[in-house]
Order: sequence, then C-alpha cells, then structure tokens
Amino acid sequence: MMFAAVTAAVFVAMALTLVRAFAGPSLYDRILAGNSFGTKTVLLLGLMGFITGRPDFLDIALLYALINFASTIAILRFFSYRRSREGAA
Amino acid sequence: MTGFTPMMSPVVLIDLALLTMLILVAVAMLRSRHLFAVVMLSGIYSLLSAAFFVSLDAVDVAFTEAAVGAGISTVLMLAGMLLTVRREKPKTPGRAPVALAAVLAMGAALFYATIDMPAFGDANAPANSYVGQEYVERTASEIPMPNIVTAVLASYRGFDTMGETMVIFTAGVAVMLLLGIGSVRGGRDVKDAENKEGGE
Repeated sequence: MMFAAVTAAVFVAMALTLVRAFAGPSLYDRILAGNSFGTKTVLLLGLMGFITGRPDFLDIALLYALINFASTIAILRFFSYRRSREGAA
Repeated sequence: MTGFTPMMSPVVLIDLALLTMLILVAVAMLRSRHLFAVVMLSGIYSLLSAAFFVSLDAVDVAFTEAAVGAGISTVLMLAGMLLTVRREKPKTPGRAPVALAAVLAMGAALFYATIDMPAFGDANAPANSYVGQEYVERTASEIPMPNIVTAVLASYRGFDTMGETMVIFTAGVAVMLLLGIGSVRGGRDVKDAENKEGGE
C-alpha cells in the first residue's frame, strides 16, 4: 500500500515534468525536464521492483541512472560545443 | 489501488499510466514545430517505453531502448539539428491524405497480424513451449544466475553473443576510422579550414 501511494506520487511528478517539457519556453527548461523525467523513471523502476516483489530491479534502475546522467552530459556538451563554434565564427 | 483484482492490479495501473503518458508525448511531438522540443520529447518517449518494457519483463529490450533511444539517438538528432535548422518547415498540404492512408493501412495490417499471436503469457505459445521451457526448467540448476534471459544470452548462447559483440565492435572501429578520431571535438572540420584566412 505504501509503495502504491509512492508510485502514484511519482506519476504525479512525472505528469508535472511532462507539462514543463511540453510548455517549457527555453531550451534549458526542456533539458531539465528530460533529465528529471529520467530520474522519475529510475524511481519508478525501483518502485516497480518492490511492488512486484523482485527488488532485483534496483540494478536496472541504477543502470538507467547512469544512462540518464551520461545522456544529459552529452546534450549539454553539445550546446557548449555549438556556442563555442558560433562564438568563433 | 484498493482492490487487487486481476484487472486493477498495481502493475496494470502502472501500465495504463505509462501508456497514457506515451500517447500524450506522441501527440505533443506531432504538434510541436520546435525541433529541439521534439528531440527532448523523443528522449522522454524512449524513457517511458523503456519503463513499459521493464514492466513487461523484457529487461534486455528496455536496456537497448534506454541506451539507444534516450541516449545515442538524442545526440544524433541534436547533431542533425545543428547541421540544418532549428524549426520544422510548414508542412505541404498536398501529401497528407496519401500519407494518412498509408499509415492507416499499415496500422490495420499490424492489427490484423496481432490476431494470430498467442495470448500474453500463454503457456502453449511457441516461445514458452519448446526450447524455452528447457531454459526455464534448467537455468536454476545449471547456471547460478537469477535472470533467465541473462543466462541464455551469456551462457547458453555465449558464442553467439561473443560473435555479435565482435561484429558491433568491428562496425564501431570502422565508423571511427571513417570519421576520423577526434575530429568531432578536437579536430578542425572542412568549414573551418575554408574560412581560415578570413576568420583567423
């Protein structure tokens, strides 16, 4: 029951993040929305593991956290690269 | 959330919520003309579908979806956007009915194909009956691994997986040699060399 309540709360947070990703006026709002949506996905995977009685899912959630981190770094690197090129040209 | 009847079990509710959000994200991607927003939304879409795959117990597919869909293809689409424009052109109205008809026909064909599929979790399905049953019965005693998919990929079909890994490694090395290592960030591309006398 507790896990179900937490899952519902995570889903509400996911919906709020989606609103920011849909509406977000600036680029960084959307990057931040994507990154925090990944974090919510990690939380949801961990919760799903506990709800179905298989806490092995925590390993998967950890790997997702790594992928999310690396992809956010890659996206941000991309923008710093573009800015430095535009500044040089 | 209150009753644990089969139709409204927590897993079914999670699946419903995930699929609803998938539809919302897809509609938002279709309606947006701002390409950066579409790229970020497609990353979110991949994360959502990966979570859905985990909920369907297809953990390996989910890993691939998260790494390729949310990670690499986001960066590739950003790279494409960097080389072209940031906003989608207004669509040409003439082509839309043909495309809609083609998409509807394709969707109808796929729906028709699902009729022949065995029911979800059917014990007599081909995936669960012949060699799959052997894997399920023997993995626990033969290979000390909690996940049967991992046992099949890394032990029963170990040579197959090693061959696949070598193919992917060779492809990666070939792409790096073709592109030139370091030219993505550190090196100097063709445009910079042309503008050299003007810019520097």
